[in-house]
Amino acid sequence: MKILIKGGRVVDPASGQDKLGDVFVSDGRIVDSFKDKPERTIDAKGLVVAPGLIDLSARLREPGYEYKATLESEMDAAVAGGVTSLACPPDTDPPLDEPGLVDMLRRRAKALARARVYPVGALTVKLQGARLTEMAELAAAGCVAFSQANTPIADTQVLWRALQYAATFGYPVWMRAVDLWLAKEGVAHDGEVATRLGLPGVPVFAETIALGTLLELVRATGTRLHVCRLSSAAAVALMRAAKKEGLPVSCDVGIHHVHLSDMDLGYFDSHCRLEPPLRSQRDREALAAALADGTIDCAVSDHTPVDEDQKQLPFAEAEPGATGLELLLPLTLKWGAERKLPLAKTLACVTSGAARVLGVPSGRIAAGAPADLVVFDPQAPFRVTPEALRSQGKNSPFLGYELAGRVHATLVAGNVVFEQE
Amino acid sequence: MPRNPQLNANGELQHLLSIEGLPREVLVQILDTAESFAGVTERDIKKVPLLRGKSVFNLFFEPSTRTRTTFEIAAKRLSADVINLNVAASSQSKGESLLDTVANLSAMQADVFVVRHASSGAPYLIARYVKPHEHVINAGDGRHAHPTQGLLDLYTIRHYKKDFARLTVAVIGDVLHSRVARSLIHGLTTLGAPEVRVIAPLTLLPAGVEALGVRVCHDMREGLKDADVVMMLRLQNERMNGALLPSAQEFFMTYGLTAEKLALARPDAIVMHPGPMNRGVEIDSSVADGPHSVILPQVTFGIAVRMAVMSIVAGNR
Repeated sequence: MKILIKGGRVVDPASGQDKLGDVFVSDGRIVDSFKDKPERTIDAKGLVVAPGLIDLSARLREPGYEYKATLESEMDAAVAGGVTSLACPPDTDPPLDEPGLVDMLRRRAKALARARVYPVGALTVKLQGARLTEMAELAAAGCVAFSQANTPIADTQVLWRALQYAATFGYPVWMRAVDLWLAKEGVAHDGEVATRLGLPGVPVFAETIALGTLLELVRATGTRLHVCRLSSAAAVALMRAAKKEGLPVSCDVGIHHVHLSDMDLGYFDSHCRLEPPLRSQRDREALAAALADGTIDCAVSDHTPVDEDQKQLPFAEAEPGATGLELLLPLTLKWGAERKLPLAKTLACVTSGAARVLGVPSGRIAAGAPADLVVFDPQAPFRVTPEALRSQGKNSPFLGYELAGRVHATLVAGNVVFEQE
Repeated sequence: MPRNPQLNANGELQHLLSIEGLPREVLVQILDTAESFAGVTERDIKKVPLLRGKSVFNLFFEPSTRTRTTFEIAAKRLSADVINLNVAASSQSKGESLLDTVANLSAMQADVFVVRHASSGAPYLIARYVKPHEHVINAGDGRHAHPTQGLLDLYTIRHYKKDFARLTVAVIGDVLHSRVARSLIHGLTTLGAPEVRVIAPLTLLPAGVEALGVRVCHDMREGLKDADVVMMLRLQNERMNGALLPSAQEFFMTYGLTAEKLALARPDAIVMHPGPMNRGVEIDSSVADGPHSVILPQVTFGIAVRMAVMSIVAGNR
């Protein structure tokens, strides 16, 4: 299949190139040009053509939580949001701790033929932090990394051994930095807002102590570590120093945390009940700046569909998480506009930056690269309403907001998998 | 930030959820109204018809004796029908959700929901979903707020001290877990009390508590010096021995109120406690029963204050 995407503003975050032109797609790959007539032409005049988004954390809720969302609904949401690759954390039910589960997930995703799905395997059996999973078998089944999702390992001995074992085979480990004991029962940033609202707090040092432990273990083991969902200025500073030191580390931030702070909890808005908790304005500013200066490698949606019943509860009892696949692009554009970044640099944190962490050849527009592409209008308004979201998760702190950025078409491996009617 | 959910479009009290964010005039209106009701409770016929024909549902998801009883008495003195639900023992244990419970009661023609819940913010959630003619009164939510307790504390202070403008108030004990402390502090700062001190070990103070407008002391002698009002907080049994405190005995030694420590306060200082008291833990019996204590009048005032709140939010106008 040959497709010509004609006359768009072609933005390649990997090279920083941003110019008007055509993009040629042939047999699932981007090519320099072709002579024969294209089977399809997509008119991209006035639109941006960019690599499809790569989201390093999107919960598809299968297996186990099909009442919250299904693979179908969430894969639809992904491509409608311009996401062409996504990594899904292992916190399904049962967790992704057996090759059979991973295999089934990949098969189901493949059959749907929408976004590429990269499963992240459980680091320990049932995410219980006690026994290592069969990492080599899980990797053979398609796991790209190993993680504990939101469940930290309390036993530092197990954590050390898990990192050591992963390092043996060169598997990357993706971890959130959170001290189990310090974060226990906490539901909000331990600061003035939580004090005023009477909500149990999670102190910043619940993150930095755990991060210090992780970094020290990276020094000891040489494991490739990706730190998920940074939440505080202090954690950013630790990551900056670790990178300067030359440790094999990378990190991401949830896109909501770039825009919101604990002030947004307002009067107990359970849509702002997120994991990690939204922290202070100062922390938010540090995260937004670190994403721009490259200390943070990429932004993720941390897509978590939650059913309405689980959000219509008192703040502390509400299930944490927000829907995000369809908001990742507009919220990234909003961040870039606020920091006055060039579009190529803005998009890098959800394309080439994420591709580098994932170790995949997508995330760029260059001859030979997979034709995973998004065509979007960066100015078109997108009003966030439950009806506008294809995801089964309608839970968003941005409900009612008008954002900018609307996807016209999404291509995965040279196939048009989404088109705006 | 959305509009304050307890006020209607005209700035009148629609629900009472927290003292925080209430204008000074509203607080004064409640205290003045309570004062006018104080006489009713001493009459032979202790009833006024302000809530005649209305239904007040006491919805307690957490056990309570004093607060529930005083709300019941207050509602009855306003001629309302009162229905007490001990929800902890009924539908919630069968898995019914909070909002479903409220919707069912709403279908039984409720006018006022008096809600106590272990989770901070629960009454806000209910207030968001009730019908326009229904009113929610927070009777204590998690660590967040206990506004009628705060108001009766303010009433008590005004009764004995008249003017807030020169007062030094010491709040002593487990501020971290205390909704009573938060409500009182918001009320005092709104009414212009110039010095509010919180006295507690670091383990019982929430992060950034100074931002509430209080001075932090760790030493009882420093904190009690020249205080006009001493408010003792209850220490829950389960918090006495563990990571927050080593023992009830040591707490009494360091932060318990004794006659000897109270002597540092002003000679006419009043001593308050929201109850139930732990004698010999946060307060010595000689102080609790002594001449400075206004702990029992607090309970009496609580009825007038709750009558005032219910008549203002739901009274026949």
